[in-house]
Amino acid sequence: MRARTAYAVLMVLTLAAPFLGLYPVFLMKLLCFAMFACAFNLLLGFTKMLSFGHAAYFGSSAYVTGWLMTVRGWGTIEAVLAGVAVALLLGLVIGAIAVRRQGIYFAMITLALSQLVFFVCLQAQFTGGENGLQGIARGSVLGLDLGADRTMYYFVLAAFAATYVLIMRIVHSPFGQVLKAIRANEPRAVSLGYQVDRYKLTAFILSAGIAGLAGSLKALVLGFVTLSDVSQGTSGEVILMTLLGGSGTFFGPVVGAIVVVTLQEYLSDLVGAWVTVIIGAIFVVCVMTFRLGVVGEIQRRSTRSGATIGH
Amino acid sequence: MTSIFGVPLPAILGQLMLGLVNGSFYALLSLGLAVIFGLLGVVNFAHGAFYMLGAFAAYVGLQLWGVNYWWALILAPLAVGALGILIERLFLRHLYRLDPLYGLLLTFGIALIAEGAMRGVFGASGNSYPVPPLLQGGFNLGFMVLPIYRAWVVIASLVVCGLTWLLIEKTRLGARLRAATENARLVQAFGINVPLLVMSTYGAGVALAALAGVLAAPVIQVSPLMGSSLVIVVFAVVVIGGMGSIIGAIVSGLVLGLIEGLTKVVYPEASNIVVFVIMAVVLIWRPTGLFGRE
Repeated sequence: MRARTAYAVLMVLTLAAPFLGLYPVFLMKLLCFAMFACAFNLLLGFTKMLSFGHAAYFGSSAYVTGWLMTVRGWGTIEAVLAGVAVALLLGLVIGAIAVRRQGIYFAMITLALSQLVFFVCLQAQFTGGENGLQGIARGSVLGLDLGADRTMYYFVLAAFAATYVLIMRIVHSPFGQVLKAIRANEPRAVSLGYQVDRYKLTAFILSAGIAGLAGSLKALVLGFVTLSDVSQGTSGEVILMTLLGGSGTFFGPVVGAIVVVTLQEYLSDLVGAWVTVIIGAIFVVCVMTFRLGVVGEIQRRSTRSGATIGH
Repeated sequence: MTSIFGVPLPAILGQLMLGLVNGSFYALLSLGLAVIFGLLGVVNFAHGAFYMLGAFAAYVGLQLWGVNYWWALILAPLAVGALGILIERLFLRHLYRLDPLYGLLLTFGIALIAEGAMRGVFGASGNSYPVPPLLQGGFNLGFMVLPIYRAWVVIASLVVCGLTWLLIEKTRLGARLRAATENARLVQAFGINVPLLVMSTYGAGVALAALAGVLAAPVIQVSPLMGSSLVIVVFAVVVIGGMGSIIGAIVSGLVLGLIEGLTKVVYPEASNIVVFVIMAVVLIWRPTGLFGRE
């Protein structure tokens, strides 16, 4: 009941946000990273799979969308869907290799394969190499011109709300319950006759696809894609967002994304390279003392039950 | 002149030598990772950062206090190893009872702090470190010129890897280490100070990474980001070799370095990704790695 009220208040706030004097491009960037973190949380929070290379899906989808729109002149919806399709496919290939191992190995394998994607993006022609893709126009959807920031904002907000609800539906579905069983005790799930690898792979592909959608939208919002979107740094940031906000909670990754993106936005001008030090320090603090994350802690205090990776 | 794939032989041999040098660094780093993982159950993401710190320790030592290369080979690993011990005592120690993923995340954070701080102080560009006078120049082997420093790196790394293997497999201390890897509580019950063993193992693994950094300083540019992509290659090497095996770590490090060097000759575009491709193939064929056991 309280959650429903909170969501209603949030909905009103997000709908009104562009009229409250907040910078719409910044809000859209927040929404994209929040979507990215929610996609990542589907794996880490609800299946206990730590993917250390989620930027691969985020970035490659962004590249595909950006390239199709600038070079091939595709429409917005088609280009975004094509980007998501590539992310899904990449998720299928990388996921099929990575789910063969668990835990720490899974993390190292996803990291190594995402580095492979990074090098391909660095050397391929269509990504523009070191320069990246620039000047991506937003196009239009259903006759609405997305070039106007306010229209684009509602487009991104709608996409975010849809994926948020989708992730909740996935987690609460019978499929999601099996994922939770795998998180709690994988050998037992196997002994109950579940084809664990197939469930994990499906979750991985779904997560990769949503991460790809977030990347494509980010490319449209900011109008450019660079190598940093497929880099290890971005993979690390999405882990931090999820961990800081609270992995295994629905709203935690959103909180984490808001904190991390805001910090970067304001600190990188002030302190330059030292922002990496601050990000690293937050990582250390989170792991040492704050493993449930912001939302996880709040939930634990109000209900005395919470979820973290595994415990 | 002899040539293979249309590439002159000396060029191929040169690239293979370079590959062997890189392979030596992979071997030293994956050896440290494997030993740390064996006893602590922690995948040390900061390994690349410690390698970078080792190179910087040598560079700063030379610039500020005139510490020469030979002293740096001893002092830099000691200093960075001491830092590793501090990190183990302050942070890692509290995570052993938790999911191993937390150790990975913690050391990732530490790597970010180390790299960001060095970038803040020294900037992102590379600094060159001179080859020590004793190791300058090259041997003329008739068919190619072998740079002495590169040969030294390979030999020194092989010797250090060999000594580490002997220490672990053939000494009393190594026997305790292996026993504690199998069952730490039982070994503790026999009156052996396991926390001390764990702490010194982490320090030693980190010192190996720093040693690799000092060895690397004269052949590559010393820069804050030199370890961040290397550590990912080393992870792939460790996945290929199987983490449980010391010999596996050393052999796969060297062989993958060689393969990378060969790829630079045959198909340069793929040289950055060949290790990852091999990892994917190995995982499909043998999920536990070539030397691994579950």
